Formats: sequence, C-alpha cells, structure tokens
Amino acid sequence: MIRVLFTIVAGVLLGGVVHLVSVLALPRIATEDAYSRLTPITKLNAVTALPLADPGTTLMPYMDPAFATAICRYDLSSGPIKLAVPVSQAYTAVSFYTRSDTAYYGINDRSAGRKVIELDLMTEAQHAALPEDEDVTAADRLIIDSPTTTGLIVLRALAPEPGLMPQAQASLAASTCKVQTEPQVAKQAEPSRTKR
Amino acid sequence: MARRHLCRARTDVRLIFITLLALMLAAFIGLGATWVTATRGTDLGTLTIGAWTARPKNGTADVDPYSRAAIARSGELPLGAGDGVAFVATADDHKRPLDGRCDVVVGGVTPAARFWTLTLYDRKGRLVANSLQRYGFTSEEIIRGADGGFEIRVASRSRSGNWLPTGGIERYVLMLRLYDTPVGVATRTQRDAPMPSIATVGCP
Repeated sequence: MIRVLFTIVAGVLLGGVVHLVSVLALPRIATEDAYSRLTPITKLNAVTALPLADPGTTLMPYMDPAFATAICRYDLSSGPIKLAVPVSQAYTAVSFYTRSDTAYYGINDRSAGRKVIELDLMTEAQHAALPEDEDVTAADRLIIDSPTTTGLIVLRALAPEPGLMPQAQASLAASTCKVQTEPQVAKQAEPSRTKR
Repeated sequence: MARRHLCRARTDVRLIFITLLALMLAAFIGLGATWVTATRGTDLGTLTIGAWTARPKNGTADVDPYSRAAIARSGELPLGAGDGVAFVATADDHKRPLDGRCDVVVGGVTPAARFWTLTLYDRKGRLVANSLQRYGFTSEEIIRGADGGFEIRVASRSRSGNWLPTGGIERYVLMLRLYDTPVGVATRTQRDAPMPSIATVGCP
C-alpha cells in the first residue's frame, strides 16, 4: 500500500518537473511556430510581401484581413540592419519579434512621427561597439537592440476599406530592409581605437 | 539459498515495475498538463471585459511562459504592444458559445483607438469563406447610427446593415483588435475600456 502511494507521489512530483521543463522547452522545439512557417517563403535580410489573408491561406492563424503584411526575416551576424518603411495613408506599424516569436518592440506611424519610419536594428554587442560620436550624429535615427541574432520584423499597413488594399500593399512594397554596408564597419574600427 | 535468490529477484522486478509506473505517470501528468495549458491557455495576465478577453502582455517581452508555449504551438504572431491589443470572444454576454447558425448582434461602443477591426474566425484561427468575401469590419467602413454607436449582425443569412457572414459554421470566435490605443497592460475595467456587447438574438 505504502509502495503504491509512494509511486503515485513520485509520479506526480516528477510530472510537475516534466510539465515545467516541457512548457519552457516548447518554444524552442516547436516546428510549426510563426518563424518556422515564414522561413521557407521569406527572403533573409530583405522585405517579402505576404499573401493577403483569405480562407484558403493557412500561413498563420488569426491574421487580420484588413492589413497588408510584409516580413523582413533578419540575421544580424553579418552586421546591423537598416529599415525604412514609408508610411501609408491610414495606419502603418512595424513590430519586432525574436526567433521565438516574442514581440520585443513595436512602433507605429504616429509614434514615429514622420513620413518614413527609419530604424537601425542591431545586437547589443553591435550597439556597444558603435563609436560615441557616431551615436550623436545619428541621434535622429532610432536604434533598436535585438535580444536575438535572428528574428522577424513585421511591417503592416491598414486598408480601412477593401478598395484601399492596393495602396497599402504599394507602400509596403516601397520599404527596404538591408544589412548596413561595409564603409560603416571601417568607420567604426577607427574611432574605437582612438577612444582608448 | 535458492529461495533467497528468488526472493531478491522478485523485489528487483517489483522495484523496476514501480519505477516504470512512476515514470509513466510523470510523463502522462507532465505532458498532459503542458498540452492542456498550451492549447486552452491559462488565466495568467488576462484582461476580461464582458465577453471579451485579451492578453496585453503577449505583445511585450515579459510574456509569461505559458503564453509563449501557446504562441509557439499555434503558430500565430501576437500583436505587438506598440501596435495594439487584441480582444477575443468565444461566447456572448450570457456565456452562450457563439453559434454560426444563430443571429448574434455585436453593438455599442469601442474603447479609444485610432482604428479597430472586428474579424470572424473559426476555432483554429482561419477566416470563414463566404461569397461576399467579408471577413470582418474596420472602424472606417462600418455604418454607424446617429449617436456614433454601431450594430453588427453576425448571421449565416444576409442581413441589412453591417452583416458579418458566419458561413453557418457551428462555433466561431470574434476578434476585436484596437490599433494605436491607450488600452493595454494597465487597463483593468470596463470604465477604462468600454467593450461592445454581444447578444444572441435568435436561433433557428
């Protein structure tokens, strides 16, 4: 009798451990998460327009059909990313997700306050390596730190009525997302030597 | 001598059996609990107003591990906090599950937001096919009454005014997304965020 009781108690306690470990591990081992679903159809470090949400597409659940969506799947290992998204007529939003689909930053056209949302995305190490004077001259550029090297930038433009969808798509098509070019890196190396 | 050997072998077998049983129980309980929480979700950090439920923290970096697991499992991208907040309703104000064969009226006012969209999905988050290609409404295209309020009729057959077709499916969910809104992690009550009412008005 005591043995049976012991078995049950041990099983429940171990079950708790299994539960906690599996909940924490699930985002890492999931193969059908948004990032994995988007990987085959999106280009790396470039903007890819997603097909409009309709009953036929099963790309991701709960997509808003009133929005045009584009994805920039990024990998910062080769350098920081420059993002420029022209604002559409109604509403434009840019959201940043880590590799495990956690939204860590979001900005919309009003909080950006201009006609083009311009951002620099980099890892914390790359941000720390930025020379200080560079930071000052680039004060009007927004710098975002990505917690992970890879992740997703989701660009969304609202079509307030179905007839305005082509305009929303066009404004996203004009957006760019690319790795910063080499000269920046050369410029970085020099002042960091003089600083010390 | 032989009997003692036999006895020890028997306790060994029993020990192995008990250990196996405990491990199986652990796997069943542990994975079962994970499956349930990842599919149905938990009440951690939920904001419920009337029939509507939101998880504003899902759009931030401090999303709880259960929501994180549920998001990874479903394959959706949660709405970022800098973008907006999404409210889901699976039942009407009287806790009656939303039925696509019934007439449901969604009406009243929405919380302050620059734009909102109301969309109808099946239980798996897919849009429901219909001949009008009408999957939802935005705040701009909705027909409003003189007082600024609106009334959306969710039904399988054509209705006058703001008709949202259900395609006759048995169970559906409504999602109200508020964009560029003060509603979020700090919101607690109906006074901060007056949500529209949902009422089942007739069933065939």
